[in-house]
Amino acid sequence: MGNPFRSEAEAFRFLLGAVVYFAAIAIAGVINAWAGLAVFIVLTVGVAWWWWHTRQHPVPRQVAPTRRSAPGERRLLVVANETVGGADLLDRIRELSAGANTEVLVVTPALNTKLRHLASDEDPARAQAQERLERSLQRLEQEGIEARGEVGDGDPLQAIEDALRTFGADQILISTHPEGRSHWLERGVVTGARERFAVPIQHVVVDLEAERELEGRS
Amino acid sequence: MSAHAEASHAGHPPAAHQSSRVDARTLGMFLFIASEIMLFGSFFTIYFFVRVSAGTPWPTPPYELPVFVAGMNTIILVTSSFTMHWALQSIKRGNRAGLQGGLVLTFLLGLTFLLTQILEYSRIGFAPDTDAFGSVFYGLTGLHGAHVFVGLTLLAAATVRAFRGHYTPESHHGVEIPGIYWHFVDVMWIVVYTTVYIL
Repeated sequence: MGNPFRSEAEAFRFLLGAVVYFAAIAIAGVINAWAGLAVFIVLTVGVAWWWWHTRQHPVPRQVAPTRRSAPGERRLLVVANETVGGADLLDRIRELSAGANTEVLVVTPALNTKLRHLASDEDPARAQAQERLERSLQRLEQEGIEARGEVGDGDPLQAIEDALRTFGADQILISTHPEGRSHWLERGVVTGARERFAVPIQHVVVDLEAERELEGRS
Repeated sequence: MSAHAEASHAGHPPAAHQSSRVDARTLGMFLFIASEIMLFGSFFTIYFFVRVSAGTPWPTPPYELPVFVAGMNTIILVTSSFTMHWALQSIKRGNRAGLQGGLVLTFLLGLTFLLTQILEYSRIGFAPDTDAFGSVFYGLTGLHGAHVFVGLTLLAAATVRAFRGHYTPESHHGVEIPGIYWHFVDVMWIVVYTTVYIL
């Protein structure tokens, strides 16, 4: 159970639940005061257990973009942290942009430590993400790809959801380091995104170390 | 070809970071409702103190509470939540007549509730200054009545806008937000009715 007043429909369902809850207590209470107390305890424990259970196992919600792109236009949402300048990702962006008027939005999540997040100390994380984003955008510009960027929420999935609400992507590209070196893969960001968003998602693995080695040799 | 980062605005304060976990307007209403729950909570604290700790008889003899009339009023108010929900579902499906009908019915049902409560006050036989029981009864039901009045004002505005052709299936926050408030008012009445009239 989330915020019951998040939407009118959820508030209405909450009202129906309240009617049932209080009607059961009132009916039992009128029959016998102890029965009323027993029903109150049983129902309250039941609601608390249900709330705890649904909190532990949230049902993934499918989020779709709120805006759709015009015919002949394509919107590409790129979610990347350090890997946005990787050759594989640039190739994939170029491939997807070919033959259409493509708008590219790069979102860099402001990754933060749990402690700083709890202390609401977001500024250094956002400043670092901004720096990474600007470097990434310069790299894209050098490659001839027109793009704009945003610093997103520290949680990559939340950052994607936020961007989808305003950007309305046709395709999402999630760029990560290879398995074993990627925290995002370890945390199941790509799998989570596929469950949560009703938009085609491509996962691009960027091996920056291998690219640097290649550059060094040549 | 140009690339730029949106967050850099020289000469202007940076744009506020807004997460879309909850829409800002809905979040505003939620925070308002949270503060309202605290307000009602303070009134319920007085109620439980008077009734449980101070041991005041409820209701104080020889007075009696109009349980049946208030029960009918409860049914009216709960029904108004159904019509409110119907109104919103209608506009989401592009049914303007359903929106208008739902809002008018919700307003009329809410008005009936409020007028019945005023009539009940005039016949009940005790006043807020009669004793602690009277003060708590009028305090709780009056606080709720004030909320119904606010809800009716919001509904009146939404109804007028609905008849002027406002709201679309994509944009109907002006109905959704009063709807959330109206359901909150109903939930609070169920709590008030159960504790004050029945138990």
